[in-house]
Amino acid sequence: MPSDAQNAPLVTLEAVTKRYAAITALDSVNLTIRAGEAVCLAGENGSGKSTLIKVLVGVEQPSGGRVLFDGVPQTRLTPTAATAAGVQVIFQDFSLFPNLSVAENIAMTAERATGTVMVRNARAHARAAEMLARVGVELDLDARVERLPVAHKQLVAICRALAADARLIIMDEPTTALTEREVARLLDLIRTLKADGVAVLFVSHKLAEVLEVCETVVVLRNGEKVAEGPASEFDSASLTRAMTGRDVATAPPAPLDPASPALLKVEGLGRAGAFEDVSLTLHSGEILGVAGLLGSGRTSFAKALFGLACPDRGRVTLDGTDVPLGDPIAAAASGIGYVPEDRLTEGLFLEQSIAHNIAVGRFDTHTQNGVLNLGNLWSEAADWLKRLSVKAPDPTAPVRSLSGGNQQRVVLARWMARQPRVLILNGPSVGVDVGSKAEIHGIMADLAAGGLGIIVISDDLPELLSTCHRILVMKEGRITEEVTGGAKVSEADLSHRLAS
Amino acid sequence: MKSFDWKRNEVLVFAVIVGFCVLATLRDPNFLSIPTLTDLMRNSIVLGIFAVGAMVVLVSGGIDVSFTAVAAFAMYATTVILRDLAPDMPWPMAFAIATLIGAVLGAINGVLIAFFGLPTLIVTLGTLSVFRGFLLTFVGTLQISNLPPGMRDFSRWMMVRGTNSDGSFYSLPWAFAALVIIVVATWFILNRTMLGRAIYAIGGAPESARRIGIDVRGTQFFIYVFVGALAGLAGIIHASMARISNPFDLVGLELSVIAAVVLGGARLTGGVGTLTGTLLGVALIVLVRNSLIVIGIPSTWQSVAIGVLILVGTGLPAWQAKRAEAQQT
Repeated sequence: MPSDAQNAPLVTLEAVTKRYAAITALDSVNLTIRAGEAVCLAGENGSGKSTLIKVLVGVEQPSGGRVLFDGVPQTRLTPTAATAAGVQVIFQDFSLFPNLSVAENIAMTAERATGTVMVRNARAHARAAEMLARVGVELDLDARVERLPVAHKQLVAICRALAADARLIIMDEPTTALTEREVARLLDLIRTLKADGVAVLFVSHKLAEVLEVCETVVVLRNGEKVAEGPASEFDSASLTRAMTGRDVATAPPAPLDPASPALLKVEGLGRAGAFEDVSLTLHSGEILGVAGLLGSGRTSFAKALFGLACPDRGRVTLDGTDVPLGDPIAAAASGIGYVPEDRLTEGLFLEQSIAHNIAVGRFDTHTQNGVLNLGNLWSEAADWLKRLSVKAPDPTAPVRSLSGGNQQRVVLARWMARQPRVLILNGPSVGVDVGSKAEIHGIMADLAAGGLGIIVISDDLPELLSTCHRILVMKEGRITEEVTGGAKVSEADLSHRLAS
Repeated sequence: MKSFDWKRNEVLVFAVIVGFCVLATLRDPNFLSIPTLTDLMRNSIVLGIFAVGAMVVLVSGGIDVSFTAVAAFAMYATTVILRDLAPDMPWPMAFAIATLIGAVLGAINGVLIAFFGLPTLIVTLGTLSVFRGFLLTFVGTLQISNLPPGMRDFSRWMMVRGTNSDGSFYSLPWAFAALVIIVVATWFILNRTMLGRAIYAIGGAPESARRIGIDVRGTQFFIYVFVGALAGLAGIIHASMARISNPFDLVGLELSVIAAVVLGGARLTGGVGTLTGTLLGVALIVLVRNSLIVIGIPSTWQSVAIGVLILVGTGLPAWQAKRAEAQQT
């Protein structure tokens, strides 16, 4: 939507600088957002995106430069003043109240702003219903938010911002938790909001998806604005280059040796209500993708392969030997490794050291007469950290202190130390920034070249297309087709096959 | 997901109460009578007031175990003040003093929790011990059975009094009205004021509450003062009804009270809890404590019965929710 010439800027940042002690988080950044305009703010972790949001909403005061709302300079901007000016943030976790109803969640901010002491249920309900109608979705106003699917929670958060008379909605990583179809629906909603004169600022490191609704792209790197321009001039590759400052290779995988032996065989695997009759053959050195939307059964299937869910029928063989079903310890012992989707809750002991996170599950191999040989444990951990180029201060630091990309490498290191034959990666680059993602893909390619078989389960189609030799499409619990990876299939084509 | 109704705990507790009454009536046809009902109501007064306070704390995402010590302190200190300084003071003044003492002690919890940000269980475990020790060391350890006349008058003030057809006496003191007033007032605060909604909001997601500008500290401080005041009032009512002020009383009840609240569906993790559920939980606990013998279970089994009720009453819905979740993935 082209912005009218008479459209005065809604929010302006003039040479905003923010220093924390010796670190410059933002270095003289200029930014203008007009009513009805959508701006992409791209940058990797640590590029200054979050600091910029904090300055915009008045949580942090800039060390230099100024913030203008409607052309009026704001001295000592506070969160209250920012809210009054119509700036609303939709956090990645949505910041809703899971225990309260949809209506209350939507109306609470606006109701509080009226200064009322009493609860005004009728008014709150009417307000909530009006906002839901505005975004064009029907939800039960009395349903508790904790029962809603992620996409609906996001809609509730958007309605809450609108109910508080938002003129600029800042969306932090809005697409991370959504499937492709839900993203498309979100983009439609953004178009509607823009037509109503609401401005949107997307803040993300996964922006290719939202480019089509944006007018402007601004890229931050190390606190500086390194690129700015009309969205039409950016594509996935140029955006990545601007964010990382280097070209990230997305070369298709090296072709698989047709003579490579079959490693893992899955025959007629099924679990009632989750997936049915899944058969596949994984060859040594092959990276096999399983593409599926949320709810397609992809995660149940991945868990079943590693024994975390017990299939009702079918068999899994590795090198011709049966792998016991429904028993993760036996699966690991027979040479299968599993990197879960949510490494924070399923993969890591966040408070424990990096070295322990790598060694966990294999303490017996570091044991001599029942006593743990710590020297052995440390040296092995250090070795793996180096081989996977984990940027860690030292192996004794808690895993919590690492970035997403480095945490994922720690999970990988744990499995590599066990020398598995087959590795199952469920969403290997969820919440990992672009640079690290490419490095993780590099690690996968190296491992495959060494003879490992890898199964990647994901709904990140570009990721699958650039890493996998073959991609199986999973829909409603069944494998519906097989696609050859590399450049032969386009992302749009694959996306269509998934959703149709 | 649909099968998990939010009212489940209340419904379950209500069903158990009905079942208990049916069993008791089968064993003893006299069970279903006005004296049983007034006994149940009378015994619910102190426990009920405590439970209302404990529920508000649970809803806000905290837990308070010090309220019984607050109640004992307020009760005994008020009795001593009346006895030594103003023996002729009318009961409303005595009640006001006890409530005030309770509120001040609650404010100590409030300061430590809201302004120093300490964990609620640790703070209240500490103050439970401190308040009790302070009471026994500095205020006194002797039972006062000769209550000041104001308190005695209150205890004789009956709402309902009569004789059943079989000749047994029954009565319900006006103290029951205190429970009713507290329940109505608390319901109003929780459901009809923005302050009450802020309490639910904080219990559900404290960080989100802070982000939308809710004064989390102020709200928490209010909660602990409120609960302290309720405990003080419950304490003085307890002494008046028992016609004795014993500094060793009340402490030890706190877990039964929290059990009643949890049975009524309040979540220990905060954000969820209703007054209906809380009152049903109290009724069930009181029934089990008073009338287990009627259905032929020896009273030594009381704590076993309460424990089983908690395990089943709170475990069943949690287990069902977990199963529903497992079905989804």
